[in-house]
Amino acid sequence: MTAAKPDNGNKQRTIFICQGTGCISGKSLEITEALKKAVAEHGLPGVKVDFTGCHGFCEQGPVAIVEPEGIFYACVSVADVPEIVESHLRDGKPVERLFYKDPVSDEAIPYHKDIKFYNMQQRIILRNCGRLNPERIEDYIATGGYESLKKCLKEMTPEQVIEEVKRSGLRGRGGAGFPTGMKWEFCRNAPGDQKYMICNADEGDPGAFMDRSTMEGDPHTVLEGMTIAAYAMGSSEGYIYIRAEYPLAVKRVRLALKQSEEKGFLGDNIMGSDFSLHIHVKEGAGAFVCGEETALMASIEGKRGMPRSRPPFPATSGLWGKPSNINNVKSLATVPVIIAKGADWYASTGTEKSKGTCVFALTGKIANSGLIEVPMGIPLRKIIYEIGGGIPGSKKFKAVQTGGPSGGCLPESYLDQPVDYESLAAAGSMMGSGGMVVMDEETCMVDIARYFLSFTQAESCGKCVPCRIGTKQMLDILERICRGEGQPEDIDLLQQLGENIKAGSLCQLGQTAPNPVLTTLRYFRDEYEAHINEKRCPALSCVKLISFYILPDKCQGCGICLRNCPAECIAGDKRMVHVIDQEKCVRCGTCLEVCPERFGAVVKVSAEKVDVPDEPIPVTAEKPAASAT
Amino acid sequence: MDHITLTINGQEIKATRGMTVLEAAQSADIYVPTLCHYPDLEPYGGCRLCIVEIDKMRGLPTACTTPATDGMVVTTESDAINSVRRASLELILSTHPCDCLECHRRERCGPYDICLRHVAVTDRCVVCPSNNNCELQEVVDYIGVHELRIPRDTAPRTIDNSNPFFDLDRNRCILCARCVRACQEITGVGAIDMAYRGYGMKVATFGDVPLLDSICRSCGECMVRCPVGAITPKEPAVPEREVKTVCTYCGVGCSMYLGVKDDKIVSVRGDEEGPANQGRLCVKGRFGIAEFVNSSERLTTPLIRKDGRLVEASWDEALALVADKLGKYRGDEVAVISSAKSTTEDNYVMQKLARVVLGTNNVDHCARL
Ligand SMILES: Cc1cc2nc3c(=O)[nH]c(=O)nc-3n(C[C@H](O)[C@H](O)[C@H](O)COP(=O)(O)O)c2cc1C
Ligand code: SF4
Ligand code: SF4
Ligand code: SF4
Ligand code: FES
Repeated sequence: MTAAKPDNGNKQRTIFICQGTGCISGKSLEITEALKKAVAEHGLPGVKVDFTGCHGFCEQGPVAIVEPEGIFYACVSVADVPEIVESHLRDGKPVERLFYKDPVSDEAIPYHKDIKFYNMQQRIILRNCGRLNPERIEDYIATGGYESLKKCLKEMTPEQVIEEVKRSGLRGRGGAGFPTGMKWEFCRNAPGDQKYMICNADEGDPGAFMDRSTMEGDPHTVLEGMTIAAYAMGSSEGYIYIRAEYPLAVKRVRLALKQSEEKGFLGDNIMGSDFSLHIHVKEGAGAFVCGEETALMASIEGKRGMPRSRPPFPATSGLWGKPSNINNVKSLATVPVIIAKGADWYASTGTEKSKGTCVFALTGKIANSGLIEVPMGIPLRKIIYEIGGGIPGSKKFKAVQTGGPSGGCLPESYLDQPVDYESLAAAGSMMGSGGMVVMDEETCMVDIARYFLSFTQAESCGKCVPCRIGTKQMLDILERICRGEGQPEDIDLLQQLGENIKAGSLCQLGQTAPNPVLTTLRYFRDEYEAHINEKRCPALSCVKLISFYILPDKCQGCGICLRNCPAECIAGDKRMVHVIDQEKCVRCGTCLEVCPERFGAVVKVSAEKVDVPDEPIPVTAEKPAASAT
Repeated sequence: MDHITLTINGQEIKATRGMTVLEAAQSADIYVPTLCHYPDLEPYGGCRLCIVEIDKMRGLPTACTTPATDGMVVTTESDAINSVRRASLELILSTHPCDCLECHRRERCGPYDICLRHVAVTDRCVVCPSNNNCELQEVVDYIGVHELRIPRDTAPRTIDNSNPFFDLDRNRCILCARCVRACQEITGVGAIDMAYRGYGMKVATFGDVPLLDSICRSCGECMVRCPVGAITPKEPAVPEREVKTVCTYCGVGCSMYLGVKDDKIVSVRGDEEGPANQGRLCVKGRFGIAEFVNSSERLTTPLIRKDGRLVEASWDEALALVADKLGKYRGDEVAVISSAKSTTEDNYVMQKLARVVLGTNNVDHCARL
């Protein structure tokens, strides 16, 4: 690791503040203003204050990078501004206390390039995110932007473009993984003079924000990819469907459209060719199901967003019954790179059937959460333990859920599986939108299945019977089990319902909604059985199945628990062993949290009776040494 | 016409290009259970009962939405199909009063019989206006469900009885969306749509206001297509016989069947073969005929004013009087107004009378007023 060296301070420097949605909510706009003001006050002509889109490391936000050194600051606040300006920007001495700390080694890391979270990634889709100012087309052009479009228009026929994308092995990043080049070809070959090119930027999965980050951080990549796709399939009219809850993405995409039109990269006769394309932004009202392609098109048409059966496929009959092609933001953001560097270059990353990189939103019980882009085929273990920095608090890993709310939960034995479309599907999960939620020993697998299903159930469009009613029936059963009211036959019933919903539903929302339940039944059946047969929650998480007790041989009678209990159900007095009234206890766990660690008198158990007195009795426990922990 | 050949359950079938798999099957008298399908509505694919297996296609596509193609090989019954189909039907039944549907002696029960299974009176098929005319009954009988493996949701749902002619009882609604599609595709009104998501989805007007306060035209096209007893006429009746006729309300000439019981009109049904209306009717034709035909105030003979009072007369007498009076005028002294409710032939004769006999071009009729 290279230590940060101070320099003489005369250097040209630019400090880039992240202005993605995450960092903005951490006041990065105010930080930018404060920096500009302070730099002006100090009269530093060589110093520039600029901003970028999302870095993907929102958990550490607001983040900033000082170039050219590449110093990375985490968790910056307005109060840090004077020190950054005076010490670093003026005197050349980086502010060490703002360096990122590795969660495993606790070491402070000054340079962006040395941070494991970043340097284990391979960024193609997110290549420019956090690296350039998304509101300036010149920044994008300076990185070689719009060169790929030029190459397509000047040197390649649409068929050659399709061939190149086919050869690259690019598959749709919207979830299903259908080969992108083939989709373009179907649409190109479909009879009809008006064809539509649609970019799916609905991103309804809770916790996923890679499409948003791409649009906020590098909107021109998406436009360039979209224009190339439209050229390849012969479309002159395009739509970007963005959810209205993404106002910054909408704003930056609109601005990018305007700049791109002004430069002649969009509009009539692009770059002097006879190819024309006009792109419209359509704001969606934020229904998860509107990310499904046929529902999305219905929504653009002004109808209720409900999927319809395919065939006919959008390639032959899509938007307004015309041949249409729909691609995810990430699929499109990849296209300019494939054209620039070639299909062979792209295909050299990844596995046999899944090429290139994939983006995950890593969250849950993990040290480094955020957006990561990794080569296809990387083992889950590497993502979780190296990039993610492992499970915090020395807890044990239990499961990882991939693919968004309808992905499956995979146990430890799958950690060495490569991450790609086929292996995830074989394990009962999926690639989906790239959600990745890590769970530790404290997560109850029945409860987590219930949680995910409650999302898909609420977001079901309601059109078809298995999804609308079946998921509700499954949810009712899971809620019962979590309350300790499960019946032995519930396991079979869940399995049957799940399989029938998968086989019988109209769209993939219903076809995948049972996955969290079916995979937890497959890999964690013992937890279901414990809930049903013993009324026990092994993870000690289901409120109705746990109890808290104060151990008479540990309690010191300090009274902290009594004072904090919101249900006022703890009895006790000074130097008396405290007792919880089990009838009144609401199982919030406050007592366990507040009981001083050195006493450790409160325990949480499930289906277990702990021997405690009925009434407070005098304390007998010896006082632990004050500095024991 | 463009013909295709496909195989359904091993049987070779000639069909027309553009047909769905379901239409092809039905054209060969192969029964496939359906609930959301309706011949004159766009395919929907919501009830999932018409699932089939098709060679070279993944999963269990729905026959009602899948276009039939040349050389297709289709199976309509298999263990996989039956298991998923039955599961979907059970799910539908969990949201519909179904205790009678499962019962083997359904046909023999009267509304006030003592039910050995303790089915609430309001939940009994026999009190539903659509009893014996219900597609859900038909499908349950075909698939054969005698017991639900899942609990039934009996939480009451709202009833809209604001419309003067029909009620919408959401407790019986199976959310097939036929009504919604009829209102959008057939009537072009769009008074109702599916509202809310997931399990909370329901048929509702814009803003979820009562039908009467919505843009609903009360045409009843939704009601006719409801497969169950969720949208039913306020005065349901089973006629003894039906008489084919043409609606007298306007000049469109909608063909209809009037249902008669005890010499009174008790029901109206659009004639699907009627060239002008293809089964469709408006509020007047569907709900307004029985009332005026059966009305005691209806005029059944011509009236002649004698000494300031209108007195019943015979047609001969009335026509003689009119002929006598008209004979006193010539040309543009007269103007003739006829009725849009008359047939084209009658109106033709009327203008002939005006132009040739009375010698005037002053001819008009009420539809222009
Ligand atoms: C319920 C549901 C939600 C979906 N949401 C999205 C989404 O938010 N973004 C997206 O790109 N694709 C989404 N998809 C997948 C799309 O239907 C479609 O496959 C995809 O946009 C195609 O683009 P691709 O080929 O580039 O992956 C969703 C699918 C389903 C069934
Ligand atoms: S599976 Fe669910 S979301 Fe998809 S069409 Fe059916 S009800 Fe709608
Ligand atoms: S009566 Fe006619 S207008 Fe009213 S909801 Fe039904 S179909 Fe629509
Ligand atoms: S009211 Fe009748 S036609 Fe309308 S959705 Fe319900 S069951 Fe179907
Ligand atoms: S009739 Fe085909 S899905 Fe309902």
